Amino acid sequence: MKFRAKIIDIGCLNHLTRVVTTISKLTKTCVLRLTADNLFFVLSGKVANGGVSMWCELSQVNFFDEYQMEGVSSEANEICLEVTAENLSRALKTVQNSKVVKVKLTKKHCPCLTVAAELPTLSSVSRVVTHDVPVDVIPRRLWHEFKEPSMPDFDVSIYLPPLKTMKNVVDRMKNLSNFLVIEANLNGEMNLKIETDLVSVTTHFRDLGNPPWGGEGSQDGGRSQGRDPDSMAHARVDIRKLQQFLTGQQVNPSKAMCNIVHKRIVHLILLHEDASLQYFIPAVA
Amino acid sequence: MDCVVTGGNVKVLAKAIHSLSRIGDELYLEPQEDGLALRSVNSSRSAYACFLFAPLFFSRYSTPSGHAFRCKMAIKSVQAVFRSLASLEKTVEKCHIELDGQKNRLTFALHCKYGLLKTHNLSFQDSESLQAVFDKDSCANTLRVQPRVLVDTVVHFPLSLEEVTVSLSDERVWFRNHVEDEAGNSQSKAMLTEMCLASDEFDHFAVQAQNSITFCLKELRGLLVFAESTGLPISMYFDEPGSPVVLSVTDSVLEVNFVLATLSDDPSLRKNNTKRNKAYQGKKQNQAASPPPPDDFLNDDMDSYLIAMDTSIAPGTSAAGPPSPPSANHTYSHQPAVACHRTRPHSEDEEEEEEQETDDTERPPNKKFRSLFFGSVFATASQMTNQTVTSQEVLASDSEDDTQTESP
Repeated sequence: MKFRAKIIDIGCLNHLTRVVTTISKLTKTCVLRLTADNLFFVLSGKVANGGVSMWCELSQVNFFDEYQMEGVSSEANEICLEVTAENLSRALKTVQNSKVVKVKLTKKHCPCLTVAAELPTLSSVSRVVTHDVPVDVIPRRLWHEFKEPSMPDFDVSIYLPPLKTMKNVVDRMKNLSNFLVIEANLNGEMNLKIETDLVSVTTHFRDLGNPPWGGEGSQDGGRSQGRDPDSMAHARVDIRKLQQFLTGQQVNPSKAMCNIVHKRIVHLILLHEDASLQYFIPAVA
Repeated sequence: MDCVVTGGNVKVLAKAIHSLSRIGDELYLEPQEDGLALRSVNSSRSAYACFLFAPLFFSRYSTPSGHAFRCKMAIKSVQAVFRSLASLEKTVEKCHIELDGQKNRLTFALHCKYGLLKTHNLSFQDSESLQAVFDKDSCANTLRVQPRVLVDTVVHFPLSLEEVTVSLSDERVWFRNHVEDEAGNSQSKAMLTEMCLASDEFDHFAVQAQNSITFCLKELRGLLVFAESTGLPISMYFDEPGSPVVLSVTDSVLEVNFVLATLSDDPSLRKNNTKRNKAYQGKKQNQAASPPPPDDFLNDDMDSYLIAMDTSIAPGTSAAGPPSPPSANHTYSHQPAVACHRTRPHSEDEEEEEEQETDDTERPPNKKFRSLFFGSVFATASQMTNQTVTSQEVLASDSEDDTQTESP
C-alpha cells in the first residue's frame, strides 16, 4: 500500500482544508477511502452516531498536483483508512501558507498520514513542519460497510433554502425542542416545524424549486412519480443532527438539495465545484 | 513603598501581570533596590516567572526603608485592576501603587482621563521571598530569537498540548509535541507534530551540547504573548534534560525571566540517582557540574525542603541574580542533609523534586519532572516504606552502557 500526493496550488490547499474541516465538524472519526481517481470521506450509519451517515466525494485531480496510489492489491486497488478528521483538519490549517504540501501514508509508531510542508521564511532555509496523523488501516473484509450509498427512493426532492438562513432558523428552534419536522412538496415549498406542549413554530419557505429528477426524472416508477405536487412528505429528525450539518458548512455550495422519504429518512446533498457531500439523517418516530 | 507608572508603561505592567497569571495563582511582589520584582510560581513548583522593573521604568519609585517588604496576593485580584488592556491604553494616564502601612493594604490607583480616579485596595499577605536560583551563563546552550518566530512555531501545536520537546543540533532546532508513552504502550494514537527551524532564523545560536529538553508549552505561551507585544527578542538558556530552561526577555528597564522545569528521561534519571547516592555517601558537592542533592525519602512535606528557593522571612539574602551562599540567619529545622546543601556554593540550580507519574513501583518511574526548587525527592513507594535517611537503596547500577533513549 502506498500513497503519496502533493499540492502546490494554494487555492486547492485551501479548498481541501475547508472540506476536511467541514467533515471534522460532522463527525469525530471517519473512513477515508483512496482510489485512483477519488477520495471519499465516509461515515457509515451506526447506532453510535445516531444512525446518520455521510458520503463525501472528491475528485483527486482537482486538488492534487501529484497523486500516486497503490492499493491493497491489484484487484482491490484502493486504500481504506480510519482517521480522526479533526487532526487532519488541524494539520492542513497550519500549513495554509506553504509552498508545497505533501501528504503521504507512512508507518511511524503506527500507520500515519503525514502532512509535510515547507513554510516560507526570511532565512535561506525554509521551515519544515510535519504532522503525523495516526490512522487505522481498515481490513478488506470490512470494506463493504463503506460503499457508496444508493439514492433512496424518495417521495419529494427539493432544493434547500440558503444554508445560512436555514441554520439561523434551526439554531433558534433548537432551544425549544429536540426534534424537528422537515416537510416539503413538489411545488417548491418547504416547512421546518417544531412542536412542544407549549408552543409550535413553523418556518415556511416558498419557491425553492425542485430538482428535475423529482417527478419524471430518473426514478421510473419511483414513489415521487404521480405524486400530488401539493402534498407534503415529512420526516421528524433529531434537531442536533441537522444543526451539526448546517453548522459545519463553510462555503456555499453550488447546489443544495434535500430528498425526503416520508417518515423514514432525510437525505441532504450538497454539490460544490469539485466535491460533493451527502448526509443521511434517519427519521425518528 | 510608593511608585508611579505612567503612560504606555501601564500597559506593559498589565501585560506582565496577565503573563504571570498563566503561571500561578499568587503574585509575589517585592520592591527591591534594583527595581520592583513581580513573581509567580506554579503549584507544583515546576515553573517560575519573574518580572523585574527597574526604577527607571517608573516615574517615581521609592522603596520602604528599613525592613524589606515582601507580600503576596491573589493574582486574580491584581488582574481585576488591569482587566481590560484596550481601555487601559486609552484611558489610564498613570497608575500609582502605594503601600498603606497602617491598614495593611496595597493601593492601586488608576488616574484616568477626564479626572476619573479608580482606586483598588488590595489586601496582601506577608510572604517569604520567592526566588529561583539559576545561572544563565553556565548553560551549555544559548539561543536568542525574535518572538515572532516562536509564535509562528507554537501555532502549529494545539492549545491543549502540555509539553513540547526542543531538540538541538549544530544547525537546526526541532520542536515536537511530547507524547507520554505509557509503559510499553507504543500504540499511542496522538498526532505528532514536528517543526524544524534553521539556525539562521535565530539572532544568536550557541550550541555546545546537542540536547533535547521537554517542558511545558502552556507556560511558554504566557511569555510569548508578552514578548510579542514588546517586540523584544527571547533568549533561551538550557542544559541537559532535567535541568531547568530559562527564557528571558530583557531591555533597559525590564528583565523578565521564566524558569521552567524540564522532563528528565529515564536513562538520565538513573544516572542522577546514582549521583545522588554517591553524593550522599559523604562527598560534598562542590562541583561545577551540579549533581542533585541527596534524597530524603521519609518526609514528603514539601515546604520543609525549600532549599534553592530562598524562603527566608528574615531580611537580607533575597537578592536578585546569582545566589550567594545563604546567610546564617536562615532558620530551618531540617536534617543535616539540608544544611549541607545550602553551604554548597555552586551556582546552578539543580535542586530537584520528582513527582511520581506512574504507579509502577517495580522500576524507577519512567519520567519525572524536576521541580526547580526542592531538595527532597519523592521516592517510589517501595523506597518510602523502608528507607531511612542514612541508607539508600541503589536504584540502578552505575554503568555507562545503556538504555535506549526514547525516540521522540
